[in-house]
Amino acid sequence: MQTTLEPQTSFEVTDKGFYGHFGGAFIPEMLYPNVEELRQNYLKIIADPAFQAEFWQLLEDYVGRPTPLFLAKRLSEKIGATVYLKREDLCHTGAHKVNNTIGQILVAQRLGKKRIVAETGAGQHGVATATVCALMGLECIVYMGSIDMERQKPNVDRMRMLGATVVPATSGSQTLKDATNEAMRHWINNPVDTHYIIGSVVGPHPYPDMVARFQSVISQETRKQLFAKVGRENPDYVVACVGGGSNAAGMFYHYLNEPSVRLVAAEAAGQGVTSGYSAATTALGKPGVLHGSRTILMQTEDGQVTEPYSISAGLDYPGIGPLHAHLFESGRGDFYAITDDEALQAGFQLSKLEGIIPALESAHALAALEKMNLKPSDIVVVCLSGRGDKDLNTYSKHL
Amino acid sequence: MTLTQNRITDLFAQKSERLLNVYFTAGFPHLDDTLTILRGLQAAGVDLVEIGMPYSDPVADGETIQKSNGKALDNGMSLKTLFVQLADCREEISVPILLMGYINPVLQFGVENFCKKCQEVGVDGVILPDLPLDLFLDEYAETFREYGILNVHLITPQTSESRIRLIDDESDGFIYMVSSASITGSTKGISESMQTYFERIQAMNLQNPRLIGFGINDHETFDTASQYANGAIVGSAFIRHLDENGTSPESIHEFVQTIRA
Ligand SMILES: Cc1ncc(COP(=O)(O)O)c(C=O)c1O
Repeated sequence: MQTTLEPQTSFEVTDKGFYGHFGGAFIPEMLYPNVEELRQNYLKIIADPAFQAEFWQLLEDYVGRPTPLFLAKRLSEKIGATVYLKREDLCHTGAHKVNNTIGQILVAQRLGKKRIVAETGAGQHGVATATVCALMGLECIVYMGSIDMERQKPNVDRMRMLGATVVPATSGSQTLKDATNEAMRHWINNPVDTHYIIGSVVGPHPYPDMVARFQSVISQETRKQLFAKVGRENPDYVVACVGGGSNAAGMFYHYLNEPSVRLVAAEAAGQGVTSGYSAATTALGKPGVLHGSRTILMQTEDGQVTEPYSISAGLDYPGIGPLHAHLFESGRGDFYAITDDEALQAGFQLSKLEGIIPALESAHALAALEKMNLKPSDIVVVCLSGRGDKDLNTYSKHL
Repeated sequence: MTLTQNRITDLFAQKSERLLNVYFTAGFPHLDDTLTILRGLQAAGVDLVEIGMPYSDPVADGETIQKSNGKALDNGMSLKTLFVQLADCREEISVPILLMGYINPVLQFGVENFCKKCQEVGVDGVILPDLPLDLFLDEYAETFREYGILNVHLITPQTSESRIRLIDDESDGFIYMVSSASITGSTKGISESMQTYFERIQAMNLQNPRLIGFGINDHETFDTASQYANGAIVGSAFIRHLDENGTSPESIHEFVQTIRA
């Protein structure tokens, strides 16, 4: 873990899409027109008052925002600090992913797109995408690794019920990375009428920035809610799990330039960082290029992307968003590697102490609390990114 | 942009019609096939050769080349190994050689080290689809120039006219015209809309020669493409041929004959 904090580091994306050394748009020429169209238009579209009105209305009436900020009393006692949970698990479809898909479907409509393609790992982003496509009447194609289709079967059924076509990605490790490759190939083959809704703060610029903006509602609400509860907007820590890093980007966003707030990211260590079965990107990765951006990446010495492993499909990704790579490199963020077992225990603990069954992804964030050396006076907000219904199969094997 | 002469610019100075560029993946079907295939292609009279540097996540490639990449990696191919295999190739191979692949393995190898090695073994140019023009110009163009390595850029049916002009200004060697909005390996043939695009580009009178690639898989598509450009690039069809018929000189000769007829 690095601790030097560069003064005056900007965490805003540059014109060319960089956060420090990371980001950019490393895309084949076939994707250039699409990505460029998006880059030239996304800020204008988002700033448009009509867009804003529709976005906020949908977040309120359809997603169910604002989501509560819940003081987890019994967990606080157990941890020895004041712990609040930002309840993204209460969003429609069961995770924060829908904040982004609502935003992107509105962008896609304004770009005149007729069809949506997406990738999904745990199926949460796929479900959130299929949901907004149903809502807006757009065709929806979701690529999902064939291994993930097996381990997240209920989400496959949900997507199909919502009218989406789910296509198995059978190449490579048959998980999220390969689903993303397939979605990109689909986009190359259908460049004019299709919009690619990426599910995290990854991909070529402007995706990481656009997705972070849509997820920033998480910290925007948190500031207000925390102020109403304790008279201050800034907690001492905000904590989130990082797969690609979208819920973390949303949880961190309005605190990026508040140095008194430590940003804590929980990565999936799988069976242990050095076990060979891990997805702890910052611990195991090196700078490289994947899915259109320069970031920190798990790879071999020869630059081949390695297969990650995590018990949680949503964290089973060999990279992280470029913003997070920058937070790591600059020391602005603290990164913890959480094993499968630690996450499972944290998931069981929250269920028993607070009556909330968290998604396995979110359980990684909860497990980080145990490692943070918190003081009784500390106020911590944990982003509870999703609910655990989809993971019951896995949990029940360890009951 | 002009560069010191190399085999690619020399080739286009001498020949401007029906050039055949054939792609194969280094390490496929077997780790040590690189020289065998190079010899076979040269003997069969191809004009340029594109050697694929295998990568775990080839997003611009269809199933055939994804599989050859995967097999090559399983066989143990790496850039280091490839450069060792190519170390003395210029004693017998005179056709221009391009390396084609994705940026990440090159970054790990080190861009300068990569260019230096290319120069040492006699590689003339590279094609890196996921290194877009602006990033190349900002960060790497100088290094490439220093070592005399050409970087070939792609255009597609969706590339705007102004961007094509920019790419033409910044290119040397040739421009790689992607035949349609697709990944590699399409077998749909050449449609009317593709021909309209070929004509549109032909009418732009670009400074650089053009080769058409993606979906060129038989004599007919090669012939059609050659009417609109200086030649064409065959990839997936050759990989399938190698897989089915092996790497013998006869097998390679037969393939090149059917394309050229
Ligand atoms: C509940 C939940 N949390 C977190 C993630 C990880 O994604 P990200 O890091 O983009 O928030 C996922 C991904 O599927 C998820 O379903």
